[in-house]
Amino acid sequence: MLLIHCPWCGPRDEIEFKYGGEAHITRPTEPDALSDTEWADYLFMRTNAKGLHRERWVHSAGCRRWFNVARDTVTNEIFASYKMGEKPPVEGGS
Amino acid sequence: MPLTLLKYGLRCSYPSRPFLPDEREAKSTYDVVVIGGGGHGLAIAYYLAQDHGIRDVAVIERGYLGGGNTARNTAIIRANYLTPEGVAFYRESMELWRDLSNVLDINLMYSERGHLTLAHTDAAIRTMRWRAEVNKHLGVESEFVGLDDLATLCPELNLSRSVRFPILAALYHPTGATARHDAVAWGYARAAANRGVHILQETEVTGIVREGGRVIAVETNRGRIGCGRAVQAVAGTSVQVGAMAGLRLPIQPYPLQACVSVPVKPVLDPIVVSGSLHVYIWQSQRGELVMGGATDPYPLHGTRATLDFKESLTMHILELFPFLAEARLMRQWAGVTDMTADFAPIMGLTPLANYFVDAGWGTWGFKATPVAGKRMAECIATGRQPDILKPFHLERFRDFRLLGEKGAASVGH
Amino acid sequence: MSQIYRLAEGGRIDRSRTLTFSFNKRKYQGHPGDTLASALLANGVSVVGRSFKYHRPRGIVAAGVEEPNALVQLGTGARTQPNLPATMIELFDGLSAESVNCWPNVDYDVGSITQWFSPIMPAGFYYKTFMWPARYWMAYERVIRRAAGLGKAPTQPDPDIYDKMHTHCDVLVVGGGPAGLAAALAAGRAGARVILVDQQPELGGQLLAERAVVNDEPALDWTNSAARELAGMDDVRMLSRTTAFGYYEHNYVALLERRQTGPSNTANGSRERLWKVRAKQVVLATGAIERPLVFADNDRPGVMLAGAVRQYVNRYGVTPGPRIAVFTNNDDAYRTVLDLADSGVRIAAVVDVRTDPVGELPEKTIARGIEVIKGSAVVRAKGGWRLDTAEVMALDGSAETVTGSVRRIPCDVLAVSGGWNPAIHLFSQSGGKARFLDDTACFVPGASVQAERSAGACNGAFALADCLAEGLAAGASAASAAGFTRKSRRKKPAADTVGEAALRPFWVVPAVGGKRRGKHFLDPHNDVSVADVELAQREGYESSELTKRYTTLGMGTDQGKTGNIHGLAIMAGMRGVDIPTVGTTTFRPPYTPVTFGAFAGRDIGGLYDPVRVTPMHRWHVNAGAKFEDVGQWKRPWYFPQEGETMREAVDRECLATRNAIGILDASTLGKIDIQGPDASELLNRVYTNAWKQLAVGRCRYGLMCTEDGMLFDDGVTTRLGENHYMMSTTSGNAARVLAWIEEWLQTEWPELKVYANSVTESWATAAISGPLARTLLGELTDIDLANDAFPHMSFQEAHVAGFPARIFRVSFTGETSFEINVPASHGLALWTALMDAGEPYGITPFGTETMHVLRAEKGFIIAGQETDGTVTPIDLGMDWAVSKKKDFIGKRSLNRADCVRADRKQLVGLLTENPKDVLPEGAQIVSELKDRPPMEMIGHVTSSYHSANLGHSIALALIKGGRERTGETVHVPLVGGTLTATITDPVFFDPEGARLRG
Repeated sequence: MLLIHCPWCGPRDEIEFKYGGEAHITRPTEPDALSDTEWADYLFMRTNAKGLHRERWVHSAGCRRWFNVARDTVTNEIFASYKMGEKPPVEGGS
Repeated sequence: MPLTLLKYGLRCSYPSRPFLPDEREAKSTYDVVVIGGGGHGLAIAYYLAQDHGIRDVAVIERGYLGGGNTARNTAIIRANYLTPEGVAFYRESMELWRDLSNVLDINLMYSERGHLTLAHTDAAIRTMRWRAEVNKHLGVESEFVGLDDLATLCPELNLSRSVRFPILAALYHPTGATARHDAVAWGYARAAANRGVHILQETEVTGIVREGGRVIAVETNRGRIGCGRAVQAVAGTSVQVGAMAGLRLPIQPYPLQACVSVPVKPVLDPIVVSGSLHVYIWQSQRGELVMGGATDPYPLHGTRATLDFKESLTMHILELFPFLAEARLMRQWAGVTDMTADFAPIMGLTPLANYFVDAGWGTWGFKATPVAGKRMAECIATGRQPDILKPFHLERFRDFRLLGEKGAASVGH
Repeated sequence: MSQIYRLAEGGRIDRSRTLTFSFNKRKYQGHPGDTLASALLANGVSVVGRSFKYHRPRGIVAAGVEEPNALVQLGTGARTQPNLPATMIELFDGLSAESVNCWPNVDYDVGSITQWFSPIMPAGFYYKTFMWPARYWMAYERVIRRAAGLGKAPTQPDPDIYDKMHTHCDVLVVGGGPAGLAAALAAGRAGARVILVDQQPELGGQLLAERAVVNDEPALDWTNSAARELAGMDDVRMLSRTTAFGYYEHNYVALLERRQTGPSNTANGSRERLWKVRAKQVVLATGAIERPLVFADNDRPGVMLAGAVRQYVNRYGVTPGPRIAVFTNNDDAYRTVLDLADSGVRIAAVVDVRTDPVGELPEKTIARGIEVIKGSAVVRAKGGWRLDTAEVMALDGSAETVTGSVRRIPCDVLAVSGGWNPAIHLFSQSGGKARFLDDTACFVPGASVQAERSAGACNGAFALADCLAEGLAAGASAASAAGFTRKSRRKKPAADTVGEAALRPFWVVPAVGGKRRGKHFLDPHNDVSVADVELAQREGYESSELTKRYTTLGMGTDQGKTGNIHGLAIMAGMRGVDIPTVGTTTFRPPYTPVTFGAFAGRDIGGLYDPVRVTPMHRWHVNAGAKFEDVGQWKRPWYFPQEGETMREAVDRECLATRNAIGILDASTLGKIDIQGPDASELLNRVYTNAWKQLAVGRCRYGLMCTEDGMLFDDGVTTRLGENHYMMSTTSGNAARVLAWIEEWLQTEWPELKVYANSVTESWATAAISGPLARTLLGELTDIDLANDAFPHMSFQEAHVAGFPARIFRVSFTGETSFEINVPASHGLALWTALMDAGEPYGITPFGTETMHVLRAEKGFIIAGQETDGTVTPIDLGMDWAVSKKKDFIGKRSLNRADCVRADRKQLVGLLTENPKDVLPEGAQIVSELKDRPPMEMIGHVTSSYHSANLGHSIALALIKGGRERTGETVHVPLVGGTLTATITDPVFFDPEGARLRG
């Protein structure tokens, strides 16, 4: 049971949240201009970082806000939570 | 009395020859380097030597034999999948399983105790029928059974109508089985080593050396090992090892937890799975109830245990078997699974001419050990993707020929 | 004779009361404060169980959770509990327990014949035997399963209640011994919110087993005053009978509180409580667990841990036997010797592997005239049902061999100590790595990974003075780290330092003459012996993990709390390396086994999952509806009349709707209110078709895909106003669709000015359908219902039966239909009004089954039935609802080669050759019949019903290249025979749509 810091509500148990995949993958603005390989990359390829990973979570049983979390995928240490659209406060990793 | 027992008994001591051969000095180069000494890697090595006469093979394992997901799965074997591609593949695996104890000369405790997948909703009933029909058309024993049959097959189940999600029917797979998972790795390791394969434990691959679209060597913590061909079978770190070879694999690591109870006298014969309740359970030969559920909801390269897993698992178990409230949970562990977008593995050729991949095994890799080993060996030996592996080609993601196995694989294991 | 081994005085038992209990059907007596184990020892019961594999007789070894042998089945019936250690069961009047794993009883156990075969049952035995011929394994397995398994699970549901508590604290202190008490005092005095947990019924920990002194008074007096001080602090919670069993991420610790002693009674509340604690800081003061020394037949009943013997004497006033020998490699065991001697128990001799034990305690022992046999070892325990002789030989200088003649020491109990292992289980669970201390030969916590610190014996500080000092320091530093630094002037607890000499690391007594006779047990619970570990090593299972798995060392219910380190030591010796090189054990939760009931808590039975019902639910129940679970909803499935079968009821409902009027409770349909200037743009992006031109007051059917181009949900959305839409979703997908929209809005399209909200439960929906629907509605409202005024796929606001309503003219049945939405509180009244007014027209309530038949007659799909995440809108023949121009989620994927293959599975209709045959849903379709499998399948049946309206069965199917195959004959092989069918258009009824538009 992780303790996740919602930027809007503060620290809450993981059970109130849902994981939403890797962060900072922007949907292509013109999907039709992409090759099949590029489109498949967008759909299926993720960095799969071993270590620092920036990812989306949603406070689904709370304020229903999406936000970003910088988490270590080996130790589960959470370095930071930040709102959508904000720059990641943690450098390094992928 | 079994003959082997008598043989050992009369001699009053065990043969001095080690069961697992002594580790040999690593050579500077091998025809084939198998990265990963779990069930799959060892099986690949065995079938390379046995079926194709390729004995100049090294299996490189960063820890100990079968210490990854081979040691961490819950040892369920079945072929009652949903897609024809999946069913055909696992059917072949089960055919190999049945004879494997004799082939490897080790008792794998292969036990066909039957496998029940419960349906609690109309939609689940439709899927169970669908699976039963697909299975039958491909020669896999599988049938849709109603409550009367269920009461006979598993009288311990709570078939009451007055629970939140009553059991309505089930998919019954009479040949669903369990096996002693560790012994599979040991059996393949010995059989491979007896045929000349070198098994190098505590040898971690740190890099893969390429030259002109080919792999020429692997770097390890014990130095460089040259290779004519290489294959990776490293569940949990497939992406990282693949990246060393310049491959990008559409895989994410999700932990899968499992646990056992303290041993009790036999209370459960078949393997029981409920997809809607996210749980499966069977009772081991030692009397432990072996239980698990779905993978954890976010990626992790770690095998920590969580309390939430135990809480949700037991509430589901008690819905199915209310009399187990006094049973006690004794040991819990986890493995890191390779999850793909379509809940199906990635096997065979890669863009590198002499590099092969056996990955993306999610939560269902153990049951595929023999067939993955046999067919991957064929792929490596011939340089061609065997027909049975074609649907599992890495290129399917680019080509969008995904397999629709999610429904049958997600909690089925 | 009763309680023959009860000492005349001493112990923390209440001698004024006598409790009667039964063990293996014999009656005994004990006192409050006893455990089952201490009471059995008091009564001279030596054999309490049989071992797992060889069924050897076994006695009590320990006094705590580490007990490997004395596992009992407690109680009977629905509350029976298997495999509880007798050392942890508090005695109560009427307690009834039995040994596990013996048949027919502990004195005469049939399974014990396996021990005669023990030379041929070494490690890995099962892997090498029972395998030829392979098919016999299943038969052997049945026998083996019956022989294994220890106790019995109950056969009836547990009547007890289990509950849970969530809490937070500044400092959680685990362990109420000297270190833990000191830590709690220090943290509490600093002002922190403290939780102190201890697994025993009373605080004190190891002090309960000792005759120690703190602050110049008996240690337990200090314990009591500490407990009183803690109880007086506002923010300190003390939990006894509570085990911290799991240390999880982010300082989340799980505790199990046993809330009832004696027979469980639901009138007293919950039996067990699971505490979930999020602690800012944790102090681990979990103590240490003694380890044995290993010699031949060391499992004889009577061979016990020295610390346990001391605990029985000091805490329970019981001597495990009248004549006790002691075997040790350290000074601590001399405490046992001295306490026994003080209590008047005869000491047969002390055998010390050290050649010159120089500590204060051995000196005192020798001074009292007790014989200490130095530089020697017990080589074998002899005796039948219980120990009668310890055979002792001298060790040579290197302790690699034993020499000289055998000295036989008559004794009933052999108290053994090989030193203590810090209980680092929770530390290990927290993610920390242990490090090895050479001088005490044990693993202690290494660097902390989480916000925790260890203090006292679990940290390798075994002396009482050190425990107190470390505890104080840890408590203060934990409080300080949590932000509490108040200084205290209270007296710090202190104890005298005893001069203890070093232990001599020693594990297994060398075999006499180099050849091992008898069994040297490392793990008595699983019957794993030294020979097994040696064999595993010889056979090539070099890694400690492989050996553990091969031999099952440490895999029993005690999880190897006493003997694991001996296994490592043996492997280290054989490989010529040191113990930490061989490895350590990673401990995982739970520390001790925890009931399923406690984990599940109240989330079972009626509280397993919420039930959602519509405002009209009561009416449906009264009408005798059969219900179907749709997600969490209970939806009427069909409304059988007296004596009707399901088929008869559904036929009647179908005919009534087509010929007159039917009414459906559609309240469960997902309803999402979408508002904002960019509402149309949002719809345009999530639906596959175009939305910008939809007029206010009009409805449109839309399809939603995921980004891979596969159909995800469908439904009708209505433009209520310029910037206001009402979206409907399938019942089961409502939450998912809203979450989907929210995700896109917040993560990808934050610039869109639009809000989406679930209003599913705000509205109740009655859908009336059929040729007389307009007539009925006309009676209850005053708006113009003529086709021109209120056409198909449009919307009006009006009063219906006096209630403000939104009326949507949309149809899922193919008939003229009106979905009347009223505020949920009016739902039942509206429904009743419609039923009353509709009675003259033959209004017929129908359920989901009739809805499914009617929509299938029209070829309408159900997302999740015709689709399974691999089906595109094109596959369903719904190209008309897919825009070629604008972008939408999933569009790019639909253009990929695989999505436009001609041989994709496409939606078609199927008509069986015999109109009476109804194909089973899920049935597989083949074009070419073969005698036996495998057969190539070209598709499958997704929906299939008998259609009363059409007078024959109908089916929808997904078939490869199906649309091109219209008119072809296909086969459906089934168990009872093969059915033949023809591929048709999926619309079976009113293809022009005259009825729904009429």
